[in-house]
Amino acid sequence: MKHEKIEKNVGLLGVLTAIAISVGGLVEIVPLYFTGQVTQPAPGVQPYTALQLEGRDVYIREGCYNCHSQMIRPLRAETERYGHYSLAGESVYDHPFQFGSKRTGPDLARVGGRYSDEWHRVHLIDPRDVVPESNMPGYPWLAENAVDASRTAAKMSALRAVGVPYTDEQIAAAAAEVEGRTEMDALIAYLQGLGTASKTWKK
Amino acid sequence: MSGFWNGWIVVLTLANVAGALWLLWATSRREPNDARAEQGDPDTTGHTWDGDLKEYNNPLPRWWLWLFYGSVAFGVGYMVLFPALGSFGGALGWSQAGQWQAQTLEAERRANEQFAKFAGKSVVELQRDPDAMRVARNLYANNCAMCHGSDARGAKGFPNLHATNFQYGKEPDTLVATIALGRQGVMPAWADALGAQGVEEVASYVYSLSGRKAPADLVAGGQAKFGMFCASCHGADGTGMPVLGAPNLTDQYWTYGGSIEAIKETITAGRQNQMPAHLDLLGEQRVKLLAAYVLSLGPPAAEPATQTAQNVPAADAAAAVVPVTGDASGH
Repeated sequence: MKHEKIEKNVGLLGVLTAIAISVGGLVEIVPLYFTGQVTQPAPGVQPYTALQLEGRDVYIREGCYNCHSQMIRPLRAETERYGHYSLAGESVYDHPFQFGSKRTGPDLARVGGRYSDEWHRVHLIDPRDVVPESNMPGYPWLAENAVDASRTAAKMSALRAVGVPYTDEQIAAAAAEVEGRTEMDALIAYLQGLGTASKTWKK
Repeated sequence: MSGFWNGWIVVLTLANVAGALWLLWATSRREPNDARAEQGDPDTTGHTWDGDLKEYNNPLPRWWLWLFYGSVAFGVGYMVLFPALGSFGGALGWSQAGQWQAQTLEAERRANEQFAKFAGKSVVELQRDPDAMRVARNLYANNCAMCHGSDARGAKGFPNLHATNFQYGKEPDTLVATIALGRQGVMPAWADALGAQGVEEVASYVYSLSGRKAPADLVAGGQAKFGMFCASCHGADGTGMPVLGAPNLTDQYWTYGGSIEAIKETITAGRQNQMPAHLDLLGEQRVKLLAAYVLSLGPPAAEPATQTAQNVPAADAAAAVVPVTGDASGH
């Protein structure tokens, strides 16, 4: 085999390299963009409300995804603890998705409704008040910081541009919905909505 | 997956396998290089670095080559047996969801075997069954301890399950309903209706209800306002109404703390805590076991005399005890 032709022709080398490394993506990624299972919302999945969306931004800002996954794998022990395994259709409105890759804390994909709002409030301020052995940091400032209502509508418009079906009315009402709420309220609203669609699937 | 994309994956994958095979085959041979052979240098690539450094043009060693061929054979075998090629499910019919389903059913079958001996027993019978209580203790640790504490003595905002008075009642059926369907606390905020002075007075009166001393003038004013604003839920004498979930204010158990400050906070801003529903999560059998476990958490007579921080001792606690009577109705 003559390497020489390829090795001495940088253009050809580039083209062949591009072909070689794109095969995996073309086979494994590209078809997903055209597969309903991945692009259509699972039954009952709704876009985040304005308050939940602000909560999601707090979730990202505080780096919650560093210790909490939102991806229940189809393993028996896992579904027994967290509920039905995660479906691709549950993440269609997540930009970016919050699958995470590490579980220092538990998975949160279906944490919605598992605890009361009050529990989350106490737990976020100081987790050891309710879970003595917890090593999660406290986030007391969330209860003091107000949500910046001036940016909510713009965030929703941006998400609409990438396919989240927010209506004009929802975007117009966004600022009023989050006005005067704390980041704690927003984060709790987000957490309490996680995975709740799956409750409507029932066997 | 549509036919086109299925074909796309199959064609690209097979082409890739074929391409890999060709590449292995093509590079495995030693090609005589006539031009260099003429230079008496047939075995190098013809590059020369730093004057005299040359590169041999040898194919892969055989053992290495055959490892590659073996990998390709493994890959092809995998694609035949397992779901790897487009929407072809594989000759073995294995799937991730199928494996999960089988393991879940098997675990359920084993759990049902365990739980079969508890079926048909009432909550009260379960409470007396040491086997059932062993299982229930684990269920409690997994599902309840996060809020009520691993010792079941609660925390601020989360009821102490060793209490004698339960907000919604401690009858077996009530406990099952509380765990299965959850509860929603509905103490409204009274700051606007009462005003700062009113909150002070009512808080003082409520403080005095459990046998503690509070300024008499505040208590007197608070008593009148209590009758107007609070008695409809907490009862005229403040002993509460389990049907509404209105707690007894005369005992020593305080979900949100019994200090004058904590009581004022409760009256000012209200309390809307919630017990989440667990029926969908756990199923009826486990809910009954948990109800029995909560029932088994000792009456205070069996407890040491020490009280947790939020529980203020009261002289007349014994008078407020709701007797836990046997209820063998089952369900």
